[in-house]
Amino acid sequence: MISANLSAVFYLISGILFILALRGLSSPDTSRQGNYFGIAGMIIAVVVTFLSIGNFSSSLVYVIVFLLIGGAVGAFIAFRIPMTAMPELVAGFHSLVGLAAVFVAISAFLNPAAFNLGIVGKIKLASLIEMSIGAAVGAITFSGSIIAFLKLRGIMSGSPITFSGQHMLNLFLGLGIFVLIFYLCKTQSANIFWTVILISFLVGVLLIIPIGGADMPVVISMLNSYSGWAAAGIGFTLENTALIITGALVGSSGAILSYIMCKAMNRSFVSVILGGFGADNSSEDKKGSKDQKPVKSGNAEDAAFLMKNASSVIIVPGYGMAVAQAQHALREMVDKLKKNDIKVTYAIHPVAGRMPGHMNVLLAEANVPYDEVFELEDINNDFANSDVAFVIGANDVTNPVAKTDPKSPIFGMPVLDVEKCKSVLFVKRSLSPGYAGIDNELFYKDNTLMLFADAKKMTEDIVKNLD
Amino acid sequence: MEIDPFIFRLSIFILSIFIGYYVVWSVTPSLHTPLMSVTNAISSVIIVGAIIAALAGSSGSIFNISSIFGFIAIILAAINIFGGFLVTQRMLQMYKKKKDKKK
Repeated sequence: MISANLSAVFYLISGILFILALRGLSSPDTSRQGNYFGIAGMIIAVVVTFLSIGNFSSSLVYVIVFLLIGGAVGAFIAFRIPMTAMPELVAGFHSLVGLAAVFVAISAFLNPAAFNLGIVGKIKLASLIEMSIGAAVGAITFSGSIIAFLKLRGIMSGSPITFSGQHMLNLFLGLGIFVLIFYLCKTQSANIFWTVILISFLVGVLLIIPIGGADMPVVISMLNSYSGWAAAGIGFTLENTALIITGALVGSSGAILSYIMCKAMNRSFVSVILGGFGADNSSEDKKGSKDQKPVKSGNAEDAAFLMKNASSVIIVPGYGMAVAQAQHALREMVDKLKKNDIKVTYAIHPVAGRMPGHMNVLLAEANVPYDEVFELEDINNDFANSDVAFVIGANDVTNPVAKTDPKSPIFGMPVLDVEKCKSVLFVKRSLSPGYAGIDNELFYKDNTLMLFADAKKMTEDIVKNLD
Repeated sequence: MEIDPFIFRLSIFILSIFIGYYVVWSVTPSLHTPLMSVTNAISSVIIVGAIIAALAGSSGSIFNISSIFGFIAIILAAINIFGGFLVTQRMLQMYKKKKDKKK
C-alpha cells in the first residue's frame, strides 16, 4: 500500500506521459515513441491503482482475469480490423469509453464509501454533481457512438432521420437532465440518478440520428471529444489527476478535430449538429438538363498515354478508392510512372475519408511514402503547373462549383483546384453526384477525360497499358 | 483561508485543456487517425475507477452489485486500452515501413 500523495505523483507522471504520447504525433518519426509513452503511462496508472488500494484478496484475481479477457478481445480486434473500417472501430471504441464511464459512475453512486465520497444517501454534494455529469456525458457518448457505428457500418441508413420538433425535444431533454441533477443533489434519490442516465442515452441517439453520412467525420471527432469530457467528469469524482489530465487532452483534441473537419466542409458546427444535410436531393430537377452536356470519355489506353507523356502527375484519391480497394493497384501505377521519371504526388482533402486523416492511413497501408502525400493547402498551387490530375474515388472535393456558384450547397468549401491542370483524368463509375447530391462541373470541362469504370479495374488496366 | 482541493483539480483541468489545445494543433494532419485511436486508448485510463470499484467488494462477497459494474467496466476499458494502443501501433508501423524502403 502506498500513500495517497505518492500515488498522486505517479498519476501526474502518467498524465505527462499521455501528453508526450500526443506530442509524438507531430511527426511520423517520433510517433511510435509517443505511443510507447502512452503505453507506459497506462501501465503506471494501473499498477499504482493496485498498489494504492492494497487489497490483494481474491477479488484481485478476478480483476486481472477480466482485464485479460478485455485485453484479448481488444488485441484480436486491433489486429483483424481492415484499415477501411477504422471509422467504425473508433466509433465503437468511443462507445466503450462512454459505457465504462457510466458504469464507474453507477458503481460510485452505489458504493460511495469505496471511493471516499461519503456514504449511500449522503454522498458529498460536489462528487454527486461530478458523477452525474460524468454519467450523463458518458451515456450520451455511448448511445451516440452506437448510432454512428451503425451508420458507418451501413447497418443503419446514412441518410438523416428528422422529425418536426426534434430540436425542441433535444433542448427539453437537455434541460431536463440539468433539472434532474439539481433534484438529485437535494434528494440523493437513486431513481433520479437512473432517470438521468436513461434520458442521456436517449439524447445520444436523438443527437446523432439527424446527422447525414457526409458529416460523419465531424460526428466521430465530436464523440471523441465527448468521451474525453466524460472521462474528465469521472476524474473529478475520483479525484484522480491522470484521469482529469487525460479527459482534458482528449476533450480538446476531439474539439479541434471537429473544428478542422467543419472548416474543411465549410459548415458551421451548429449546422452539423442540427443535421439534415444531404437529406433531400431537391436539386435533382436541374440535373436532367445537365446530363445532356457533352462529356469526353476515354479508356485505360488513353489514360496511360496521357500520363506517360506527362512530366508531373497529381493523384487525387477519395473514399471511393478505398471502397474499391484500388490503393494497391494505384501504388503499382505510380511506381511505373516514377520509373519513367514522372513526378508523382498525392493531394489529400481533409474530408477525403470517413474520418480525419483516414486517407493518409489508407495510402500508408498501400506503402505510399508519406513525403509524397500533401494536404490541400500545401499542394493546391501545384495543380496549375502539373500535366495530369488523376482523380480516383473523389468527387465533391474537386467540384469547382464551390468557388463559382454562391447558390451551391457546397459554396465556400475549400476544394482542390484540379481543373487548373492541363488535363484531368476522372475515374468514376457514372456521372452520378457525390455525397452532397450536386453535379460536378468538372465532368464537362474540355480538359477532363472521364474514365467510366470501377476504380480498381481501371487502375489495373492502366498499369497494363503503361508497359 | 484554505483553498478547496477542488480548485486545484479545476486548475489542473483547465491547464490541461490548454496543453491539449497546443499539442493537438501541432499534430500533423496525416496522423489524425492515429491521434483519434490513441486518444481513445488513453481516455480508457478510466479503468482506474473501474478497478477501485471492482476491488471494493469484501472478501465474503466479491461480486456485489457495485463491484459487478466495476468488473464490466474493466472489460470495456481493457478492450479499449489494448485495442486502441495496438491499432495505433499497427498504423504507425505502416508509416515506418515505407520510409525505410525509401531511404
